[in-house]
Amino acid sequence: MAQTKNIELIKNPLNLNNPITVQVLGICSALAVTVKLEPAIVMAISVTVVTALSNLIISLLRNTIPSRIRIIVQLMVVSFLVILVDQVLKAFMYELDKALSVYIGLIITNCIVMGRLEAFALGNKPLPALLDGIGNGLGYGLILVIVAFVRELFGSGQLMGFQIIPQGFYSIGYENCGFMLNPPMALILIGVVIWIQRSKMKELQEK
Amino acid sequence: MKALRKYLDKIKPNFEEGGKHPKLKSTFEAFESFLFVPNETTGAKGAHIRDAVDLKRTITMVIIALLPALFFGMWNVGYWHHAMTGEEAGFFCNLFYGLGQVLPIIAVSYISGLFLEFMFAQIRKEQVNEGFLATGLLIPMIVPVDCPLWMVAIATMFAVLIGKEVFGGTGMNIVNPALLARAFLFFAYPGKMSGDKVWVAGLGDEGTKVVDGFSGATPLGELAHGTAFDALTVGKEPLSILDMFLGYMPGSIGETSTLCILIGAVILIWTGVASWKIMVSGVLGVLGMGLLLNIFGESSYTQIPFWSHLLLGGFAFGIVFMATDPVTAAQTETGKWIYGFLIGVVAILVRVVNPAFPEGVMLAILLMNVCAPLIDHIVVRQNVKRRLNRAKVAAQKN
Repeated sequence: MAQTKNIELIKNPLNLNNPITVQVLGICSALAVTVKLEPAIVMAISVTVVTALSNLIISLLRNTIPSRIRIIVQLMVVSFLVILVDQVLKAFMYELDKALSVYIGLIITNCIVMGRLEAFALGNKPLPALLDGIGNGLGYGLILVIVAFVRELFGSGQLMGFQIIPQGFYSIGYENCGFMLNPPMALILIGVVIWIQRSKMKELQEK
Repeated sequence: MKALRKYLDKIKPNFEEGGKHPKLKSTFEAFESFLFVPNETTGAKGAHIRDAVDLKRTITMVIIALLPALFFGMWNVGYWHHAMTGEEAGFFCNLFYGLGQVLPIIAVSYISGLFLEFMFAQIRKEQVNEGFLATGLLIPMIVPVDCPLWMVAIATMFAVLIGKEVFGGTGMNIVNPALLARAFLFFAYPGKMSGDKVWVAGLGDEGTKVVDGFSGATPLGELAHGTAFDALTVGKEPLSILDMFLGYMPGSIGETSTLCILIGAVILIWTGVASWKIMVSGVLGVLGMGLLLNIFGESSYTQIPFWSHLLLGGFAFGIVFMATDPVTAAQTETGKWIYGFLIGVVAILVRVVNPAFPEGVMLAILLMNVCAPLIDHIVVRQNVKRRLNRAKVAAQKN
């Protein structure tokens, strides 16, 4: 019984309870870092690490945190983890860290992280909390990767920096769609993902 | 005619429930009601408004009103192409050349848009709406003649999908789909939508023979580059005010001739399809903003005569055919005045103050489309407040 429940904790946020498309959290960073696939993947991994570990830590501390100062404690834990991630990125992927600029730092204020801490970690045991964090991070990452895939393919004709659309297309008049590189297009794409998801899943449709 | 009717009746059972192609029912109905007056009449029970003016008639009126500007646009395309190559060409030669350039764009816009419309009607089991027939003609008239056909197709599909179908189809859209298509093209492929190469057919192609000193820039493009109003040229000739009014200048296909657009405006107002309040207040907004810029502006662009904004660029076309779209415009009578006025003001503000957008009309109308429900809301609230106050005063007197 407990086993199946734990799997649900990871599976649900990918689909039925996706943080971006269903809960509509973490939209701002999804708009900003999805121009190319590579930063989107790095961002997805960073957020997953931060949500998973902060969920774990807060869940371990949950019985000792006085509820009046819990937000401050949560912020401390999250910012500690974010700074850690930031430093790792700076050390090993400096160029990418520059490309992501403030958005790594802004994970601290990412609604998904705080939302999972408040909604789940404070009331659950460490293992489920860890799984929930991983699941939500991956759910966020999934949408990021889908949006970034479309935007990089049609906006720059590349994927992960490699040219995908052949040169022959350009010589017969094909052009990259500049609108894909603008943030509004990310919003429209997320909207389209939500549209497709809702029309496929009866559970999500309001009466 | 009778044979056609018989044929339709014969194949009709195929599309009913349980027939061969029940999924194509709305497609069949669309063609049937396109060819014949629908056989269903208003029921005898209940209160109904009976009027011959349905959506089909309204859209037909819009298309008729668009025709003068469209034909002038075709002729204009031919005229500037032949002016560029330096060939002598007669009236019909110009017209037929333009027809050959413009017809493919119209065909592509109709086919790609109607394909999506029919698809959605099938999926939702609704009737196909006539609304796209106007949109599909408006899109070709507001793009440059050299816009590649596949871009027109993508923009049309984007506009129908994101501008209309996500909101629930004809009558539910927030922004004007035709303008959305143009905005999409403008931001997605700026190289094909602005500059001085795209407005004359064939000017951007390699190996085209171009007469020395010929410029394909639109007057607004030149003004944005700092040319003085008196020194404006089109092609090689100086541009007179009569030319501006009649439309002898490069530009998007249907928008250059203020005269033809005025004819369209008269048709629309006379048949009651479009609101004259929006048009008049839009013109007032342009004149007011132009005058303000004349008085306080410092650059040479702000000093062009304030009335010339009405003749240059797409303002006339936008305010007559786009801003008055009854779905996306303000609904209340006071709201229409505010809505039109603000379109005029914002259009000229964007046009003159921001050189990156020589054509601000598109952005102004889209912006006000989004604001129209807000304007209506405020107008209605004010009205409620006024009437409440009146009731209170009356109550106190008693």
